[in-house]
Amino acid sequence: MDIIVCIRRAPTTDARIKPASDGKNYDPAGVNYDISEYDKFAIEAGILLKEKHGGTVTILTLGPSAATKEMRTAIAMGCDAAHLLVSDANHDSWATAQALADKIKTLPHDMVLFGWNSVDNQSSATGQMVAELLGLPSVSVAVALDVADGQATVDRLAAGGNRERYSVKLPAVVTCTKGLNKPRSANMKGIMAAKKTAVPETPANAPADGVAVVKLDPPPARPEGKIVGKGAEAAAVLAKLLREEAKVI
Amino acid sequence: MSDVLVFVEFSDGAATKAGLQALGAGSTLAKALGGKAIALVIGNNASELGKHGADRVLVAGGDAVGSYSPDGFARIVAEHARSTGAAAVLASATPMGKDFFPRAAAIAKCGLAADCVELKVEGGKPRAVRPVFAGKALATVEAPGTLWATLRPNVFAEVSTGNSAAPETVPVTFGPGDLKAVVKEIVAGVKGKLDVAEAEIVVSGGRGLKDPAGEGKQNWANLDALAEALGAATGASRAVVDAGWRPHGEQVGQTGKTVSPKLYIACGISGAIQHLAGMSGSKVIVAINKDDNAPIFKVADYGIVGTVEDVVPALTAALKETLGS
Repeated sequence: MDIIVCIRRAPTTDARIKPASDGKNYDPAGVNYDISEYDKFAIEAGILLKEKHGGTVTILTLGPSAATKEMRTAIAMGCDAAHLLVSDANHDSWATAQALADKIKTLPHDMVLFGWNSVDNQSSATGQMVAELLGLPSVSVAVALDVADGQATVDRLAAGGNRERYSVKLPAVVTCTKGLNKPRSANMKGIMAAKKTAVPETPANAPADGVAVVKLDPPPARPEGKIVGKGAEAAAVLAKLLREEAKVI
Repeated sequence: MSDVLVFVEFSDGAATKAGLQALGAGSTLAKALGGKAIALVIGNNASELGKHGADRVLVAGGDAVGSYSPDGFARIVAEHARSTGAAAVLASATPMGKDFFPRAAAIAKCGLAADCVELKVEGGKPRAVRPVFAGKALATVEAPGTLWATLRPNVFAEVSTGNSAAPETVPVTFGPGDLKAVVKEIVAGVKGKLDVAEAEIVVSGGRGLKDPAGEGKQNWANLDALAEALGAATGASRAVVDAGWRPHGEQVGQTGKTVSPKLYIACGISGAIQHLAGMSGSKVIVAINKDDNAPIFKVADYGIVGTVEDVVPALTAALKETLGS
């Protein structure tokens, strides 16, 4: 199987995010980066499919040159190759999807995997948009994935904890979430192999954003709260406040 | 180009609350743009939507839409976005809307403003405000052409109108054989369980509740009882989901669900930055924690310092009394 896993370099989830002086982007000062959380489940899913069915796993990223670090982490986990489409801009999902789809068209692909949502832009859209651009079926938010006889059986998390089961023909796009698998850590052999693996970089041909950020603001500050009291005795006071002051029950 | 097209989600034959909220938001936006709110319903009977803000109601039915299909639903919405020339196209940011709206926007060669919490008109154009980094920042966005957006549940209000919008049946131009992905079966979770992202009240548990397979068993039962008393959904911190104590569908935070309920009760959750990001959009936040220095108290409107063993059952009893009075 030829498997492509699209991953994103994103600020770590413990990063403090402040608007930059241009008022549109975030200030990168002091921000550390990692593979966007859910993409790790996509990497693991790709490696598991390769282990079961044979083939290769190729990592594809749109991002700055610095993203080769995260891509090498994926190779160290067990992926075989990587391509970086170089761009320093924070593209939206539509621009990202077009750049990725253009590249995927040139690569053999039976399965294209994504994390279901990025921890920064949080559009949960790029995978489905790539599927539409390539004319492929898509199943998002996968919690179970199995491939047999050119078909993928995928369970996705739907409303209220229900799972919707799909059977789709390959090639297909699947976006992955927590619960699908347990992403492995890289071992020493993988880390050494990743060091030796070339990550070709080509300038991204990313078109204009579909939605443009005109302003980035910090969230409104919450008003100062109050400690109602200590222990079980405070419960009745709280219940009264929720009804009479906050009026939420 | 001043009309607003709203995909109204149905479940079990009735419009969902999130669907009616999206219609309410679409109706308000259409008024601000000087256009009409057009509701689009797929595979359901929609005679009541004039009461909820729709000036027109389009109903797409037939064999191809008997079951949910992301590419099928996307084609229908994209087709009517084109035929109506809408300035904005909206849906709820529910598991269904998040799944197929990106495909629909891509057919229309448009981007998507996902999970928006505000819609407005500036310079004659629709703009949307959406949390990024799970609420660590708010981005105001606009599109060069049609604005495609999904709207976070429980943020926009339903509206009540007296429009007599008779449903207009619109044809579906493809058959079941043209669909790439169709739901084959539903593997049911707990019947009728509220999704944490759509609930009006969320009761969340953290590491302070301890291992449900061991000494924390009673604590989690108490948490479920509190949620039941309030008709709330249950949520969880990342730590307890990673420990396997609760299902990941309940996780609230930057690597889980971002929620904006009217009441969020955090029990035994210290308040890591990525958890706070996912719930600080809640209208009212209550924190119960034994550590009075826990960061959760910095965002809480009301706090009780105490153990979950003591406070949670006492709160359930007090709320039952208040709700019963």
